[in-house]
Amino acid sequence: MNFELPNFSLIIPEIFLLTMICAILLLDLFLTDKQRIVTYYLSQLALVVTASLVFFYHTSVVIVDFSGHFIQDPLSDLLKIFLCGIVVVVFLYSKDYLKQVNLLKGEFFILGLFGVLGMLIMISAHSFLMLYLGLELLSLSLYALVALNRDSQLASEAAMKYFILGALASGLLLYGMSMLYGMTGSLELASISEQISKSDNNSIVLIFGLVFIIVGIGFKLGAVPFHMWVPDVYEGAPTAVTLYIGSATKIAALALALRLLVDGLIELHHDWQGMLVVLAVLSLAVGNIVAIAQTNIKRMLAYSTISHIGFVLLAILAGTIDGYIAATFYTLAYTIMAVGAFGVVIILNAENLTDFQGLNEQHPWLALMMLLFMFSMAGVPPTVGFYAKLMVISAIISVDLTWLAVIAVLFSVIGVFYYLRIVKIMYFDKLEDCTQVVKLATDMKWSISLNGLAILALGLYPSALMVLCTQAFVMSS
Amino acid sequence: MLLEQILFYFFATVLILSATMVVTSKNPIHATLFLVLAIFNSAILWLMLEAEFLAIALVLVYVGAVMVLFLFVVMMLDIDIATMRAHFIRYLPIGLVVFITMMVEMILFVGTRYFGLEQFAKPVAKSADYSNIEELGQVLYTVHLYPFEIAAVILLVAIIAAITLTLRHKPNTRYQDPSHQIHVDPKDRVELLKMPAEKL
Repeated sequence: MNFELPNFSLIIPEIFLLTMICAILLLDLFLTDKQRIVTYYLSQLALVVTASLVFFYHTSVVIVDFSGHFIQDPLSDLLKIFLCGIVVVVFLYSKDYLKQVNLLKGEFFILGLFGVLGMLIMISAHSFLMLYLGLELLSLSLYALVALNRDSQLASEAAMKYFILGALASGLLLYGMSMLYGMTGSLELASISEQISKSDNNSIVLIFGLVFIIVGIGFKLGAVPFHMWVPDVYEGAPTAVTLYIGSATKIAALALALRLLVDGLIELHHDWQGMLVVLAVLSLAVGNIVAIAQTNIKRMLAYSTISHIGFVLLAILAGTIDGYIAATFYTLAYTIMAVGAFGVVIILNAENLTDFQGLNEQHPWLALMMLLFMFSMAGVPPTVGFYAKLMVISAIISVDLTWLAVIAVLFSVIGVFYYLRIVKIMYFDKLEDCTQVVKLATDMKWSISLNGLAILALGLYPSALMVLCTQAFVMSS
Repeated sequence: MLLEQILFYFFATVLILSATMVVTSKNPIHATLFLVLAIFNSAILWLMLEAEFLAIALVLVYVGAVMVLFLFVVMMLDIDIATMRAHFIRYLPIGLVVFITMMVEMILFVGTRYFGLEQFAKPVAKSADYSNIEELGQVLYTVHLYPFEIAAVILLVAIIAAITLTLRHKPNTRYQDPSHQIHVDPKDRVELLKMPAEKL
């Protein structure tokens, strides 16, 4: 049996992160509740060093190793660094909130870091097996995180729903993968792609498997009609966990979709394009229309996520390099907006839309930041959200799917209503009770300001992020 | 050849029937026992495919360990079957529609038409000295090293998650301290008092 020893230096970031997690896990045992902040700082350190390692070993070519299980390309480097950065911000926003609700435990950071490890693995996965294992690592961490507040009935219910639907989705995904494995005889994405291009008579079974894979991806992305868990989980989970699920995991979901559909099943593009059209249009419609009826801010943002996922799917289904660039740009821009918007929610400890009343009088700067996030999500010009939507729509029009672009624009216009309603509540509604005072710690103030200004800066100068996204695809193809 | 086919269809039928019973039986204990039967039958099917190690591992791990734990947990829980089954009839029509559609699709696509002997040649039977475990070990620690390690990480997360969700620190819990028990001094426990005998 000839076996080539893999190049272990490729997975140094993952190895480092896992080692750090285990070290933090042991160290956390010996800390008292007052010293818990040490866990927080170590977790942040682990993430920063992991991101630096990815940057240090970045590549401009495609490297496949570990017997085809692992891939490193410019796309994986970009997504990994971005992911670590986003989670650093998530932890930073979460720290004070967790202390308030008495959940500042080592488990939050440890499970959060395990989730990051799972996502790193998904981003670099080059076989069905690794995609599935990365996904399960992420999902298991998320189920436990959602249920972290054990005494809350709402959280337990959300965790239960998430767990059952997530397990079902994983099962469906696995069944689809088994079908494709049966037809192609390989787990590795590149050779699956090769096998599919060679055979043409058996395509019906491949499509049968593809349907299950699309359903699995749809569940994990939270696309309509597989979105039922999204609002319940966003509402029931502790806000810090909602922040994590609402922002960081979207990067991994994008990686899952791109790896499976583009790296593995690009030969079936014609078939999955039609399925994604249905998912995208439904997501845009349901996400934007149902969000109008929400009074809970977390549920509203959940439906807003669903509509944004619709946009990402639109970009992917174009099936061109421009489309993939647009999808990556949109997802990265969306995570920056989402982390900021949920950041404001977590600072205010808001549950309902009315909690934003009179924010402008209390804290004008915070209100201005929220205004930027809402404008960006709605797609108002000087922000990055506008540019992201523009790119998706131009990618769709370039493949002659103008009717889809029209639908996307129509539903975006409907969506503007509920984003602007938040702005109206903040600036024009009078505060009913003036007892609650918004206080901001220095680090929170700086990071939320940076976050808001990043939205504006990237909107004015989108080519900064654009160049990175373009490099990720042009160099790997 | 014929005997093998009869055996296959027998065990496959029992497998499907017991799997159906798992989801339909009213008593959760019965459901768990049917699951044991289902797993046992699929182990036999693996045995017929000459995957002896996997078959034995399935029985040892799932029947021997996981299912016993399952039974234990089911017996500990107080499950109210009446409320659980209340929605059964309500969701039955839509469930049936989904079930039948999936069933038809699967029969159409996962049958001999696409996975028959014309598409895939019959695998050659291995000789008696062929070792399953050796082959498995070879690929597990070489080709599949990376996934294997990640699977270990998933188990670690499962342990952490389970402990996070169940461990409760109760300062008032009464527990035994063996070292304290051993070092106890008889004088602390029993005090011998001298009492003068009482006169009647």
